[in-house]
Amino acid sequence: MVAKAGTRREVKAKQVSQSYLSLVWWKFKKNRVAVFGGIILILMYFCMCIIPEFIAPYDLEHSTNFPEARPQTIRFIDAQGKFSIQPFVYGLDKKIDEKLRKRVFVENTSVKYPISLFVKGDKYKLLGFIPGDIHLFGIRNAQKDQYVFIMGTDSLGRDFFSRIIFGGRLSLLIGLIGQVLTLLFGSVLGAVSGYYGGAVDMFVQRFTEFLSAFPDIPLFMALAAAIPKYWSPIAVYFMLTIILAFVRWGGLARQVRGLILSLREREYVLAAKSAGASDARLMFQHLLPGTVSHIIVIATLSIPGMILAETSLSWLGLGLRAPLTSWGVLLQEAGTVYAIRFTPWQLWTVIFILIAIMAYNMLGDGLRDAMDPYGGR
Amino acid sequence: MVNYLLRRLGYAIIMVVLVSFVSFVIIKLPPGDFLTQKLAQLQARGDRSAENQIAEYRAKYGLDRPFMVQYTTWAVNFLKGDFGESFEYERPVKDLLGQRLGMTVILALATLIITWVIAIPLGVYSAIKQYSLGDQVITTISFIGLGMPGFLLALLILYVAIIILNQDVLGLFSKEYVDAPWSFGRVIDLLKHLWIPALISAVTGTGGLIRIMRGNLLETLGQPFVEAARARGLKNSQVIWKHAVRIAINPLIVILGSEALPGIIGGGALVSIVLNLPTIGPLFVDSLRKLDMYMAGTCIVFFTILLLVGNLLSDLLLAWADPRIRLD
Amino acid sequence: MNDVLIDVKDLHVEFDVRAGIVKAVDGLDLTIRRGQTVGVIGESGCGKSVTARAILRMVPKPGKVTSGQVMYYRKAKKGKKHLKDEVLDITQLPPDGEIIRQIRGGEIGMIFQEPMSSLTPVYTAGTHINEALSLHRLIPLQKVGDQMAEAITTYRTVTKDEAREIAIDMLRKVGIPKPTERVDSYPHQLSGGQRQRVMIAIALSCEPEMLIADEPTTALDVSIEAQILDVMRDLQRTANMAIMFITHNLGVVAEMAEEMVVMYMGKQVERAKTVDLFYDPKHPYTQALLKSIPKVGKRSNERLATIEGMVPDPFHLPTGCVFHPRCPMFMPGKCDKITPTYKQIGENHWASCLLYEDV
Repeated sequence: MVAKAGTRREVKAKQVSQSYLSLVWWKFKKNRVAVFGGIILILMYFCMCIIPEFIAPYDLEHSTNFPEARPQTIRFIDAQGKFSIQPFVYGLDKKIDEKLRKRVFVENTSVKYPISLFVKGDKYKLLGFIPGDIHLFGIRNAQKDQYVFIMGTDSLGRDFFSRIIFGGRLSLLIGLIGQVLTLLFGSVLGAVSGYYGGAVDMFVQRFTEFLSAFPDIPLFMALAAAIPKYWSPIAVYFMLTIILAFVRWGGLARQVRGLILSLREREYVLAAKSAGASDARLMFQHLLPGTVSHIIVIATLSIPGMILAETSLSWLGLGLRAPLTSWGVLLQEAGTVYAIRFTPWQLWTVIFILIAIMAYNMLGDGLRDAMDPYGGR
Repeated sequence: MVNYLLRRLGYAIIMVVLVSFVSFVIIKLPPGDFLTQKLAQLQARGDRSAENQIAEYRAKYGLDRPFMVQYTTWAVNFLKGDFGESFEYERPVKDLLGQRLGMTVILALATLIITWVIAIPLGVYSAIKQYSLGDQVITTISFIGLGMPGFLLALLILYVAIIILNQDVLGLFSKEYVDAPWSFGRVIDLLKHLWIPALISAVTGTGGLIRIMRGNLLETLGQPFVEAARARGLKNSQVIWKHAVRIAINPLIVILGSEALPGIIGGGALVSIVLNLPTIGPLFVDSLRKLDMYMAGTCIVFFTILLLVGNLLSDLLLAWADPRIRLD
Repeated sequence: MNDVLIDVKDLHVEFDVRAGIVKAVDGLDLTIRRGQTVGVIGESGCGKSVTARAILRMVPKPGKVTSGQVMYYRKAKKGKKHLKDEVLDITQLPPDGEIIRQIRGGEIGMIFQEPMSSLTPVYTAGTHINEALSLHRLIPLQKVGDQMAEAITTYRTVTKDEAREIAIDMLRKVGIPKPTERVDSYPHQLSGGQRQRVMIAIALSCEPEMLIADEPTTALDVSIEAQILDVMRDLQRTANMAIMFITHNLGVVAEMAEEMVVMYMGKQVERAKTVDLFYDPKHPYTQALLKSIPKVGKRSNERLATIEGMVPDPFHLPTGCVFHPRCPMFMPGKCDKITPTYKQIGENHWASCLLYEDV
């Protein structure tokens, strides 16, 4: 009898949340900016985290004889004014620039390399196990020293576009994984703290307070600097992720706690309690779902912070290090006055980082509006 | 009030002690220390007496003693105003930081002022002209600003300066004033250089603040007391500034202490590194890299104190601005 | 007796919202004479509050007065900033102009439904009153220019000390205990009833010609409500000002008003002396409203009468008489086709209903 009543109530709750979700989805779809941000993110994650080997024309470590070459312009009209529907780039010639006193590469208008789609190139294994050698674009049947560098090369002559694509994998994932860990830490501890109150609450509260007394960026830096240098790159990566999550969970925990405190007194929770529901059941069945929409919004809006934290730490030499390649690691080379003067195209990394951040902000903002479907506008 | 201040002070002291201890632990975490790095360097150079030399240093800095002794010695000396010695520069941390503390605070203040001076009027305009073209432009700009971290923006500005303008915006002083004593000309020179890094550091915060101000004011404008003020015969501008904005701005004071200030301290440090400004930020990052532990520890403690003082000030400001808040 | 103060003629206010246009006020006529108390009653959303705001030229966005007039018969009065008698159409004044701002607060005061949040939280009661005084109240200086045909009196605005004196005096008049202390109280230190008294003090401190009271007691306890109503009645008697009393509470309006206007869906449906309206309601809507009040002494197991049906969707108003779908006297073929006119059907009694028209 009791069980029956319980299931009926749950069915009803599900119906309500269904219609809530469909309302949210409907409102979200109407927000073009948010949908745009979402699509950009899906594209970025798909291209950079799942199939970067295919998107990038060259392997991450593929060095060439063209160090610090500037980006080749993709052309449709050649020096003679002839138009071709297939885009091409000119070959590169080595030259000494007298003014800069530096070796530079200039386009040789007598050599044309047409750019084709789906060309054979460096061998790879997608996701570590699907073998392949087809790349999205490149030069078909490329001979030695025939390359296309749409974003130039770095000091070892590696294609910068490929490196940005591969770098995005680590940077984008660290944001996502770090945020998931933050959510776990933050929502569980926040919920426990808000639900039980008393000594547990006291302890969690004091601890988050202590974390917030630290200025967060210096704390990141100090913790990241403490990662032993002899650790394997993978270990460093995970340690860094954990550090990011560890510093960030306090704020989330506080918000979840506040929400739980206000929800705890709501009628449906009191009703469930009086029906004899256990603590764990109450918390995970009734309380946490009530806070989920807020948590999702907070999480989406704080992923950019995670990505930025990785980027800035690695850029400062406190986070990831070569041979790992993330956007922050790329910035290490790009972010110096020397690099800006002589290889400014490496700042493409910045553009990619900004696109990712903006996309997350657009998405998060749209979600926040949509999660409150009865609210204004 | 006195009670409140005393309690806050006690709390702050406890926090600073805890933070200093934890930072010390964190800084000591990585295996080895500055001297082992140095030893390796010297040995690589083939210096035979390196080992003796380093052992001497180790004894001099007390690095051969147990951890707790090291910490308490440092902490006790800290209270006396002796923050230890920088291994890297072989000079007292106090002197090194003293040179830069002023600039750090000035940059933070300038950033704060710029943030508020830009954000409040734009946020107000955006709210009272909701959905107008101006509102949409401001909303878009604030959105972009929010997603524009200072140090990346600084890199882009550096690019523009170096490649396009062919000049550098590095530093806070022109060449002739870098080491000059303070004078009127030097102050003017500082102001001329200061606004660029301050503006760059302010962009993220400004974007956020505009949005918060707009939201708060929109909410406040719907409150009955705004209509009541208008029904009393006040001018529209008086209704908005004296009644609506006056209320809508209060929550921003809380944000000022709890969110804006840490952002400015951290973000300012990153911008300072890109633009090579003489603030504590670059010194701190460098000391972390080199395991220059007294320097790093002192920097963290200073950042924390800056933050706690800022928090206290913003709480006092709020209590002064809002009679509903009582400090006790 | 025929001293008209406010004459609303065929007022239309529309709200252009995304889902369509809502006619909040749809052809309203309303006359208020000096010193008279007019009760305006109707269900929520019938346009009472919007009418009040239209009189002060402060209809909230996205609302707009689309046609009609609000004629204000302005009289010169000592201590006011304007010097001559004139007739103004309030709907034509610039919404943030000098004239309408003199009228707001200075000549027509208003008090609101939510006393809890009608005072700005960071200012004291005294500051609020002072604000109104410094805008509207003038103190005569000595006469100058006696040699001219008409004596010109110059005025100055009140000083801070005078304003404080007046504020304390006003707080005393509205029945706030210890006014010398309360004048420095912040809103959060006052109870709901006290806040509404402060609102009344603010409104009356400038000696307005009329007070618009928009459901002033809805948010208050019944005992406080009675006190507030007493205060308003006493002050009206001494100040000889008109009151437009908006409420959905028939009991309250019966106590306050000499004349009543009943509104339904943005239109006035009946107007009469309060006594007539209560004992001899003509319009079926008024009759239904009166039946829905619980009465003491009736058998308690009897069900309270309710008005049939629902308030119509504001985007799709019924044709003909807007009340016809809910009307117990519905005449098919007439009420759903012909829009009734508002006409006099007895001494001081108007109604808009086809029952009283020959069609």
